[in-house]
Amino acid sequence: MLLREVEYAKPSSVAEALQILASNDGARALAGGQTLISVMKARAASPDALVDLAALDELRGIELAADGTLSIGPMTTYTELVASAEAKARPILAEVCAQIADVQVRNRGTIGGNLCSNDPTNHLPPLMVSIGATMTIAGQGGERVVSADEFFLGVYLTAVGPGELLTKISLPAGKRDAFAAVTLGVDGTCIASAAASINSAAASLNGSLRIALGCVDATPVLVEPASADEGAVREAVRGAGLDPPADVHASAEYRLHLSEVLAVRAARQAAERN
Amino acid sequence: MSENPSALSSSRVITVTVNGTVYEREVEARKLLIHFIRDDVDLTGSHIGCDTGNCGACSVIVDGTLVKSCMVLAVQADGSSIETVEGLADGDELAALQQAFSDRHALQCGYCTPGMLMSATALLRTNARPTEAEIKKGLQGNICRCTGYWNIVEAVALAAERMQP
Repeated sequence: MLLREVEYAKPSSVAEALQILASNDGARALAGGQTLISVMKARAASPDALVDLAALDELRGIELAADGTLSIGPMTTYTELVASAEAKARPILAEVCAQIADVQVRNRGTIGGNLCSNDPTNHLPPLMVSIGATMTIAGQGGERVVSADEFFLGVYLTAVGPGELLTKISLPAGKRDAFAAVTLGVDGTCIASAAASINSAAASLNGSLRIALGCVDATPVLVEPASADEGAVREAVRGAGLDPPADVHASAEYRLHLSEVLAVRAARQAAERN
Repeated sequence: MSENPSALSSSRVITVTVNGTVYEREVEARKLLIHFIRDDVDLTGSHIGCDTGNCGACSVIVDGTLVKSCMVLAVQADGSSIETVEGLADGDELAALQQAFSDRHALQCGYCTPGMLMSATALLRTNARPTEAEIKKGLQGNICRCTGYWNIVEAVALAAERMQP
């Protein structure tokens, strides 16, 4: 397919990338391209310029700190996350990345691209919310850190503004996570999803159970049941006032039903983990 | 022409190795890698099936990594080494995988075959003895519209068996 005409640059530093993004209104960052190139084909997005982040080694890699905090470069691919020894500190990451799309997409697609595109059916936004991840965003004026709760703003919209880049994703230590989804075929697009985390290690999260529901709103919906018991989880989901969209794959009513069932499933699986 | 990679430009000169041959071409930034391979390099074995990133008929191996070449821009492949289906056989001698596809009748219309072969090639390089489930997972990104999946899975298993040292 012939794309609309577009300009292209491949900067060699984050500073250079930020400069190009800031000085060209229609410029978009290009990570793995597995979403962006698709939406450019569909003319759902028509950037005037692409700023390819592929040469920016600063945005790659996975580090595990002594306190168990995982720092992940946004240009890290799903395949790299699945293979990473460090990422096993939070096992759910590799488990979920291994069920995104197919080999080819996992080889090119990146964690940063998944988060910054914030398609409501994406796997990683709910997971980052349940885990209580934080995102570092860089602009020409400097860096700021945003919690996952405040990162996702709308469909295809995040706290990463024009002229900015997501430069780091940080996950606190923890292993008691689960992800449950009903998908279109094995490893397909989510019709409904739920990520659950029992955040024992992070002091700020106080050992609480956090469940983030995907596909029911423009951004992941956080519910915090009093416990992982089925009754408590169902009550919390019912109390969230969900008004999910209807489409060819599921009616709003069915999506609501799935959300509750998947939340129960994810909470139970997270609670069973040590 | 500006050759500063950090400067915005609607086209650039890329150098790409395809099946061992080096090609230097000026390409538009909007050109997909599959079009570069088929139109600029004139290797038409890699197919365009859906052109939406779903079918895998355009799968090629870039620097050892399996990708869908309709989901990559040619400029993103600058400096890389690409393997396409044309690089599998050694002259008239079919690769073990290709021979197994022939022996197990693993193609009907043949349109998906180049992508299937590249995905299976990538799989067998990292997993010389895949289980049936692993073969299916390895070929997940490739659709056969004739639905001839059983024979394809059997052919990959047969090739793996024949390739054992």
